[in-house]
Amino acid sequence: MRTFKLAATLVAVATAVALTLTGCAPAGNNNLVSVNGNEPQNPLVPGNTNEVGGGLILDSIFAGLVYYDAKGATVNEMADSITSSDNINWDIKIKSGWKFTNGEDVTAKSYVDAWQYAAKFSNAQLNSYYFDIIEGFSYEKDTELTGLKVVSDTEFTVKLAGPQSDFPLRLGYSGFYPLPESFYADPKAFGENPVGNGPYMLKENGAWKHNVDIQLVKNPGYNGGRKPMNGGLDIVFYATMEAAYADLQADHLDVMQGIPDSAMATFQKDLPDRSVLQGAAVFQSFTIPERIKHFGADDEGYLRRAAISMAIDRPEMIKAIFNGTRQPAKDFTSPVIAGWSGDLKGSDVLTFNAAKAKELWAKADAISPWSGSFEIAYNADGGHQGWVDAVANQIKNNLGIDAKGAPYPTFAELRTAVTDKSIMTAFRTGWQADYPALANFLIPLYQTGAGANDGQYSNADVDALFVKGNQAKSVDEGNKFYQQAQEILLQQLPAIPLWYGITDGGWSTKVSNVQYGWNGVPLLFQVLKK
Amino acid sequence: MFGYIVRRVLQAIPVFFGTTLLIYFMVFAMPGDPIVALFGDHGVNEAVAQQLRERYHLDQPFIMQYLIYIGGIFHGDFGTSFSGQPVATILAQTFPVTIRLAILALLFEMVFGIGIGLISGLRKGKLFDNSALVMSLIFISLPIFVIGFVFQFFFAIKLGWASPTVSGEAYWGELILPAIVLATVSIAYIIRLTRSSVIDTSGQDFVRTAYSKGLSRARVVRVHILRNSLIPVVTFLAVDFGVLLVGATVTEGIFNVPGVGRTLYQAIIRGEGPTVVSFVTVMVLIYLVVNLLTDLLYAALDPRIRYGK
Repeated sequence: MRTFKLAATLVAVATAVALTLTGCAPAGNNNLVSVNGNEPQNPLVPGNTNEVGGGLILDSIFAGLVYYDAKGATVNEMADSITSSDNINWDIKIKSGWKFTNGEDVTAKSYVDAWQYAAKFSNAQLNSYYFDIIEGFSYEKDTELTGLKVVSDTEFTVKLAGPQSDFPLRLGYSGFYPLPESFYADPKAFGENPVGNGPYMLKENGAWKHNVDIQLVKNPGYNGGRKPMNGGLDIVFYATMEAAYADLQADHLDVMQGIPDSAMATFQKDLPDRSVLQGAAVFQSFTIPERIKHFGADDEGYLRRAAISMAIDRPEMIKAIFNGTRQPAKDFTSPVIAGWSGDLKGSDVLTFNAAKAKELWAKADAISPWSGSFEIAYNADGGHQGWVDAVANQIKNNLGIDAKGAPYPTFAELRTAVTDKSIMTAFRTGWQADYPALANFLIPLYQTGAGANDGQYSNADVDALFVKGNQAKSVDEGNKFYQQAQEILLQQLPAIPLWYGITDGGWSTKVSNVQYGWNGVPLLFQVLKK
Repeated sequence: MFGYIVRRVLQAIPVFFGTTLLIYFMVFAMPGDPIVALFGDHGVNEAVAQQLRERYHLDQPFIMQYLIYIGGIFHGDFGTSFSGQPVATILAQTFPVTIRLAILALLFEMVFGIGIGLISGLRKGKLFDNSALVMSLIFISLPIFVIGFVFQFFFAIKLGWASPTVSGEAYWGELILPAIVLATVSIAYIIRLTRSSVIDTSGQDFVRTAYSKGLSRARVVRVHILRNSLIPVVTFLAVDFGVLLVGATVTEGIFNVPGVGRTLYQAIIRGEGPTVVSFVTVMVLIYLVVNLLTDLLYAALDPRIRYGK
């Protein structure tokens, strides 16, 4: 009798809990469009934000000279005209009447002062290297960018250190945003509560709740080309993609960028007509530095690199590991960029051919016999183990040599070993374009001494072609030279191209008109919420 | 007794210094430069990197960094994370959430664990007892992330009874589902512990005496059996509370709870030394306090146990 009453009490408690659960499903966020993001790694200052978490927020609250539309084409936002006759001296005229949300006018000085600040050595801004093309920049000491001159409130000139044919294309990157005077008084406070001139603004002071979310509302003073069609954004910082996807399925999250690996096979079914799978400006490869024995800048090295490349069956791997959601690489850039070509001379080195691979490897062995094992290093916390192991297995099976993956526990460790050149194996490299231009995939990675040239590749002919491309009269003309440079790269293979990344994502039943841009980020300003 | 408490508190001080030094050393002995990681796939700008290292004192010898950090603690300054937030603020925001989650989980453990265990023990060998044993065995063997994902899928996504994730404010109601997930494994242990303890106590002489005195079954169970069986269970619960307080990283990740486990995990990945050390130090202190309280509670429950003599 006693135990029966006890059991009954327990059941009652359980029911009460269940009812509370029901009652406590939160209402969701009124008219803000919720999207998943990452906690910014640095304070929200344009010159110091180089990762996607902070980038998404800055792109929403700032407006620069230009922005990129869904296809990656450059569209004037605040700029009226950006012209040059020699690709060195640029004249930039901006529209008048724009204001920051604290009432200050946006003038040419707002741009020039912001760029000076970001470039200045003692300010230690992560994006300072972006300004090294401007005359007067220094990596060693505090200097003024002598190439920047304010002509009037609506006009300023830029003198570059050398000709750059795609200079206007770069100006949409978040490092080039203008800053109000209030920034310089207290940069630290600004980094917590940034004041911008873009489609959105912070809902209130303190809207950035660290590691939780940040809420933005429509900026009523914004009159540019990205006018918001919704009341604001709620960018929620999820710990894992799985948690965000769970919320998306329950309609608690409106727009999601990226899909967790665990849902890749089913997300298109889970979200009928509410998902996206398209190309992205992301390039994946693995770099073989020339200091590795047998892979130097000589005939033997080039033969071995070509053999390795031909030993990898890219379409097969993409089907097995990525469910068919990648595109095999045909060059070193990305198909979403204007000017891309899928049949450059020599791109057949990227097609699977086991017989030819063995033949080339044997030729290399005739010059100097191979010994030891071929390893590909990667960071274990990035989800790369699957494909690295698969690539290593293909090399092992098709070339008959010992090949395996070499995991580093964290991204920081891998990058440290790469930057201080202590790494003695091939290593995974990837590149996400900062701005939609072919040159952005090539020059920072393969020019002698360039910032992201992790393999220390150096070729005078390639450098000369890059210079010619920069001096060209138009972006299209410049691309011709960049493609010629790629043809040399396809012969020498400083890095083995693998595939192009994809943009994946989905949205809930509560929103519509969701489009994803050239860089995989959804165009949030045009999302309609029911 | 008072002397005992004072001695325990004094013992905590060398533990505090020893742990902070050890954790600090481990974090900084980790290979990989967090400043390099800040640059991502872009090349490292050495000039900027050097300045950042100076700002975070990362170029000083290890002992200097440690002393700067300890000095800061006595001013209430626990260091700054890379995104500019003072670690003290992060602590103040995340620990209350984890405490709420831990309290809820503990409540479920107490109510369901002890309740089911008691009934099981009293009706040993019957259907209820056998099914409880099987269920607890299943929950002990399932990994917690399986329980977490399955509960999230069925109760939140399919049935819509709760939200799949917890919002930034982490209200009590939102934490019920993660608390249940956290509690399931411990409930299983508590059921078995209570059950065996009850069976043990029921066979004691004083219980037979109580029955033969004519006391009602209800009174015997409540006053004599239950209270005496609870001693090992209470000890387990107290230790479990300490474990819950230091954060359940996996569950917090699944339900996106803005608590200690999730924040600590992200700080470790980013290599943010001050954050990691501050969090772990606070966890060590909490664990020490909970252990002390557990020992005192034990003495309070069982008059046969006395300290200090």
